[in-house]
Amino acid sequence: MSPGYLSLLAIAEEGVTGHPGQRSRLLDTRPQDVIELRGIVKRFPGVVANDGIDLSIRRGEIHCLLGENGAGKTTLMRILYGLYQPDEGEIRLFGKPVTFPSPRAALDHRIGMVHQHFRLVPTLSVEENVVLGLKEGRGPFPRFRQTRKKLRALAEAYGLPVDPQARVWQLAVGEQQRVEILKALYREADLLIMDEPTSVLTPQEVDALFETLRTLVDDGLTIVFITHKLDEVMKVSDRVTVLRRGKVVATLNTSETDKPTLARLMVGREVVFRLEKRPHEEGVPLLEVDDVHAVNDRGLPALRGVSFTVRSGEVLGVAGVSGNGQAELAEVLTGLRRATRGRIALDGSDLTNRSARAAADAGIAHVPAERITMGTVPNMSIQENLILKSYRHRPFSHGILLDERAAARHAAQAVADFRIAAPSVDTKTKLLSGGNIQRLVLARELSGEPRLVVAAHPTYGLDVGATEQVREILLAQRDRGAGILLISEDLEEILSLSDRLIVLFQGQVMGTLDAETAQVEEVGLMMAGSRKEAPGA
Amino acid sequence: MRSPRWLEIERRPLPSGRTIFLVSVAAILGALVVAGLFFAAYGVSPVRAYAEIFQGALGSWLGLTETVRRAIPLLLCGIGLSIAFRALFWNIGAEGQLLMGAIGAAGVALFSGLPGPLLIPAMFVAGFLAGALWALIPAALKAKLGLNDVITTLMMNYIAIYVVEWLIHGPWKGPTMRGFAYTDRFPPAAQLPTIAGTRIHWPTLLVGLLAAVLVFLLIARTKRGFEIRVVGENPHAARYAGINQVRTILFAMLISGGLAGIAGMGEVAGIHLRLLSPTQISMGYGYTAIIVAWLARRNPLAVILTAAFFGIIMAGGDVIKVTLRLPFQLINVFNGLILFFLIGSEILMHYRIRLRRR
Repeated sequence: MSPGYLSLLAIAEEGVTGHPGQRSRLLDTRPQDVIELRGIVKRFPGVVANDGIDLSIRRGEIHCLLGENGAGKTTLMRILYGLYQPDEGEIRLFGKPVTFPSPRAALDHRIGMVHQHFRLVPTLSVEENVVLGLKEGRGPFPRFRQTRKKLRALAEAYGLPVDPQARVWQLAVGEQQRVEILKALYREADLLIMDEPTSVLTPQEVDALFETLRTLVDDGLTIVFITHKLDEVMKVSDRVTVLRRGKVVATLNTSETDKPTLARLMVGREVVFRLEKRPHEEGVPLLEVDDVHAVNDRGLPALRGVSFTVRSGEVLGVAGVSGNGQAELAEVLTGLRRATRGRIALDGSDLTNRSARAAADAGIAHVPAERITMGTVPNMSIQENLILKSYRHRPFSHGILLDERAAARHAAQAVADFRIAAPSVDTKTKLLSGGNIQRLVLARELSGEPRLVVAAHPTYGLDVGATEQVREILLAQRDRGAGILLISEDLEEILSLSDRLIVLFQGQVMGTLDAETAQVEEVGLMMAGSRKEAPGA
Repeated sequence: MRSPRWLEIERRPLPSGRTIFLVSVAAILGALVVAGLFFAAYGVSPVRAYAEIFQGALGSWLGLTETVRRAIPLLLCGIGLSIAFRALFWNIGAEGQLLMGAIGAAGVALFSGLPGPLLIPAMFVAGFLAGALWALIPAALKAKLGLNDVITTLMMNYIAIYVVEWLIHGPWKGPTMRGFAYTDRFPPAAQLPTIAGTRIHWPTLLVGLLAAVLVFLLIARTKRGFEIRVVGENPHAARYAGINQVRTILFAMLISGGLAGIAGMGEVAGIHLRLLSPTQISMGYGYTAIIVAWLARRNPLAVILTAAFFGIIMAGGDVIKVTLRLPFQLINVFNGLILFFLIGSEILMHYRIRLRRR
């Protein structure tokens, strides 16, 4: 670490720059901000992804951008990389306003990005990928000898061993990531943006990556590191900015904070409103999950002995930082993923490893996290999407024929009941906003009076009005006597909706809490991996 | 997408029916213009060439009947492909399924020994089953092993071609054919009736028109059709909704291959009256039908129109050969150009392009 860098840190420790209006006078004494974002706003249909973001990145630091899925991290970095144009706000590079109409413009300003999903051509060699898009040498033929030499030197200097002549498809994921980093370095990037770089790496590779990053900043590079993993923030960053629902919650020096604080900031510190809830009546056990194990898409353990019970007429919240088994849990319960061990029973009858159809027929409704890619067929109409699961049954079909009139009647009713805003029931759902799509999914899933509702991130990405409506709908189901399993990364939501909650960490249940009395600090600690000691809250 | 200064390119969320129609017509016109360059290269005025083609295909009773008889196999294969494409199964194998249908029908005609009145119905069934079976192989390979459907269906075509070749050179070679590579002529009871003085084997045409209506209703109005559409539009949603994708794809391919098989049956029982060389049985109907189905935007009713259009083009190919003394293969150039322009126009359909005013 260079002495110059240390003195910067000392200055930085003067204060937390959570409020850009009161930027420290010390900050203005040196041109130390590589890049500064002021009031960045980016709207997508039905959602504000970035809502007035202020952020400054200092030269030679590793700056973590921490936030849940949908907090706006990736949108922000795409703006910085020229993939999106901000609707409002300003980007300043070394104090001068700039615009990035395309990634090329960002590259010209020496900003490099390592995407979560690599942008490499698998059939080309490493060196070919590196020079792709560069105008090097004269004529149509790139000069690979020089490229190779420069690549080897870079690889040597920063601990990024990779064979320049290997084909990319032959490389392991970790090696491919090194190629992406080398690509940015080859283009002499000053600022390197890394979007969730560790999600594809083994623990050993993560350690090696962190070492590389430290070497890079020692040589004057600046790194923005996007993540939702608290461990990584603590391990690698100098400063951390926490995003939540498109806004900056805080920017902190990593040395002055800890994991529970960050967890709390990330999922919402202030419980803004507790919903009006009818008192919880002690129901009968409805869903029993016993020692369930499952693996994720890459074959790695995702659930490791999960047990819990959902009673009728209660909301059981599942809290946790994303990627700790929540997605797999929802899939196992709804018949979309096999449990490798354990037992699932609804109303006492076994449902383990039956089909998605069997789960639906048994009365399990599923409000999926991927409401557009999984929950709807975007090219089909509202009417057809509403019978996506019930088309097999009366009144929507008789024999082999569909009954369009029954479907139309049902659709008109659902559109009115759930206040789905659309020109007509024949409108294709790809034209609907996020909030209306979620209303449609709820209308469909709740139409058969399900016994259990598995709701994954039901308000994620929705505006305030839709959020409130969705929550009211879920509570109405609870009051009707259904059991609700609410999976959410929004702790505020979990605390205000749930009767009881469990915390998942690395595929295990850290403990069960009563939502009424649960302390945010306690939940934050459990989300970071500490187990609840005493039984009962 | 970045656009140059003088152009404005804007995504349009949903192309209207009118847009789709206009863009399709524009694609055909584009292909006609470019194909015209080839006529010009042969020293024939494109205007005269097209006049001859349409005059030849539509301007006389004989031309008209030839157009219809070419349209029959295109109709059957095109309907079948439209249902496979709806399920997002890229069936490039209608040609092979057609040939297998021809084999099935020929087998029944020559060797079944069924009494006369039962022979034709049995040949329809055999043609359908043989084509369907041939289509189910790549469908099962994709559903169970994830093998690429484009490649397997395409390769199955070559296998079918060699099966036909083998049969007509080997075990099925007709003893009365004096060494030619044909089977024997079908018995009269196994020959499809034709409209007097033409080569239009009307029972097949009737089956084709009926199939267009039935498949349209199947896709639009039945549970199975709903499943096919969901699987084709969003496989994730299909899985989520508990739709059995394997069964859905197998079903779509059963119909798809079966209809192509009936097309093959019609060719051997209605035109050639024997099983003979694959290039004579088909003239690439199974491939042209891909364009027929695409131009119809995977709508079985629209296939009636597009199959007729390509019937004109193919009948016009004979005119090219006879009147203009140009190679018949120009038709293939034209077909290729249409597909090229159609696929290109898919992009146009989803973007609105305007000149930017200064």
